[in-house]
Amino acid sequence: MKHLLGIENLNKDQIMNILETAVHFNELNQRLIKKAPTLKGRTIINFFAEPSTRTRTSFEVAEKRLSADTYNIAVSGSAIQKGETLADTVLNLQAMGPDALVIRHSVSGIPQLLADIMDCSIINAGDGFREHPTQALLDAYTIWQKLGGFEGLKVALIGDIYHSRVARSNIYLLTKMGAHVSIAGPGTMIPKEVEKMGVTVEKLPKYAIQDADVVMMLRVQNERASNLLYPDIREYSRYFMLTPELLKLAKKDALVMHPGPANRGVEIDDVVMDGEQSVILQQVSNGVNVRMAVLYLLLGGSDK
Amino acid sequence: MKIVLKNGTVVNPAVKSTEKTSIVIENGVVTAITKDPDLTDAKVINAEKLFVAPGFIDMHVHFRDPGFEYKEDIFSGLEAAAAGGFTAVCTMSNTNPAADNVETIRYMLERAGKANGVKLYPVAAATKGLKGESLAPIGELAEGGAVAISDDGRPIQNTDLLKRVMEYASTFDMMYVSHSEDLYLAENAQMNEGYYSTVYGMTGNPVVGEASQIARDCMMAEYLKLPIHIAHVSAALSVDILRFFKNRGAQITAETAPHYLTLTDQALGSFDTNTKINPPLRSESDRQAVIEALRDGTIDAIATDHAPHHKREKEVEFNSAPCGIVGLETAIPLTMKLYHNKTLTIERIVELFTAGYKIMKQQGGKIEVGAPADITVIDPDYQWIIDKNMFKSKSSNTPFHGFHVKGSVYMTIVDGKIVYSRDF
Repeated sequence: MKHLLGIENLNKDQIMNILETAVHFNELNQRLIKKAPTLKGRTIINFFAEPSTRTRTSFEVAEKRLSADTYNIAVSGSAIQKGETLADTVLNLQAMGPDALVIRHSVSGIPQLLADIMDCSIINAGDGFREHPTQALLDAYTIWQKLGGFEGLKVALIGDIYHSRVARSNIYLLTKMGAHVSIAGPGTMIPKEVEKMGVTVEKLPKYAIQDADVVMMLRVQNERASNLLYPDIREYSRYFMLTPELLKLAKKDALVMHPGPANRGVEIDDVVMDGEQSVILQQVSNGVNVRMAVLYLLLGGSDK
Repeated sequence: MKIVLKNGTVVNPAVKSTEKTSIVIENGVVTAITKDPDLTDAKVINAEKLFVAPGFIDMHVHFRDPGFEYKEDIFSGLEAAAAGGFTAVCTMSNTNPAADNVETIRYMLERAGKANGVKLYPVAAATKGLKGESLAPIGELAEGGAVAISDDGRPIQNTDLLKRVMEYASTFDMMYVSHSEDLYLAENAQMNEGYYSTVYGMTGNPVVGEASQIARDCMMAEYLKLPIHIAHVSAALSVDILRFFKNRGAQITAETAPHYLTLTDQALGSFDTNTKINPPLRSESDRQAVIEALRDGTIDAIATDHAPHHKREKEVEFNSAPCGIVGLETAIPLTMKLYHNKTLTIERIVELFTAGYKIMKQQGGKIEVGAPADITVIDPDYQWIIDKNMFKSKSSNTPFHGFHVKGSVYMTIVDGKIVYSRDF
């Protein structure tokens, strides 16, 4: 495997390999000295053409713990806004000789295009509404760690599926691993023909959450209200917020997950967010483990 | 010069004739259609394995001249037309300045007059500045040589204005050509809305946006008892609506483009900005329905919507890329696929590529003694690979680079002059 562009083209074995590799890094990350020399002398560029705190930091922590040399490019400093064509920007980065480029971009398909043009490994850190593979992998790692497997699990995915790359990557991953995915959200947030991706589409969360092993909430982007997706936050939270009552419909001890950053009181009630079933902060810790595993598998080993 | 196209299969659907015969051309006109031509002093072209057809017209091209000559100018555009087998084109009005004034129309015709001879029929703007706010001087535009009006690409959303445009234009026998699209539904859209927009994570443009506006435009044509031409039809629902209004006797004609017959929205998975087109590539069932509409006559014509854009404009993030692809030089080979798989007869294909003359009320579309010798010669069995680097167009924005095709333009003749020849 040279690139990680999405979950769509991974098979079950490749996914399990990443998760199993992450176990080793999980162990490393429990130690006082959390550093391995694996990627010493390797160069990684983190190219974030869209704001991100959590994912960028998580990648950077993972890269540094593997001893790679890392460089961050943020959108404000990039040339794309200066009218340079994307191809030129990319060829300029290429000329600096990185071993990997971690890319976050608001346009779907950009990682694929970079992989076509550049020689280095491309790691998709989120493209448009399309995929966010390391998020799905860290979610899977968390589920695997807590529940021991995927086969036959029911996972409820609630909220803005339409604009969510996290949702798409999770749908690919979980259905490949044998879990059943039930989605729910306002009709404006359910993309066309999504059932063909192998999910069950429900209207209200109470149906999707019924007997679920995992309840995964998606972030509502407040700015989207102007795009006629829902009337207002008050109405959204009335029907789509995960409350303790709603969570009771799921299996006892069902996991509560959220890719962050969460809007407390909008899509998730404080009590649930901070409750015993919530594994939201463990998702963040696992993000480092999984990203280290991905970097190791793509770049580790020999000087090709 | 005297030219004899010897012993070709002359496909002349306007007179319901397909026969093995020869065409004699002298002084720019057809002087004989005969099995026994006089070859004295003639340049003889052996057309034994070729289809000889009346010159094709592409009734929907964008030549970017004036204003964006780096994409295409009238000279390069007409060269691309000749290479694509077209002896005439209708240019759309979205130049800069827009073709909303008679000076721009005159400029286009004057430039075309100095080009290779391929005929250029300008379609003028329907509204001033293509803004959809007030009427363009349609009378004067007609007098200057415009053949129809359209705000192509900037569809008129205000239905009252549409009505007034059609009513006013009718005074001068000018027809409105409609790019039917609801701009609200198209906002931010990158592709067709459906399963593939879901998995590729792109904002979709639903077929409803096209079909609902086609329905509105057809209703208006029927109500006003005026003709309307619907451009680049891409969807099954649109076809059903056209069929409905045509059956009611409304004066409606419609075109589609070769890319809607060839690709579907699945192609967007390459994230190649050369698959970004408006209307967008639709689903497989839409593609099938559009092909069926060509067969049954619901769609009257094939036009290319030739939309050149510079490489650097397309080599950007998908969301920033302009819509459109070049089409003139790939139209015939792509359409010939439907001949080879027996979906369309060669007669129907010739009809579809010559229907534009009648729709635009221009002379042409028939090989007859005494008429200008505008002729398209097709080699149906020639196998080749489309190479965008060989285009005569200034632009090479095509999703068909590298496609293996069967069938090519062999020769294009305008007013008795060979404007393109594949072999010499």
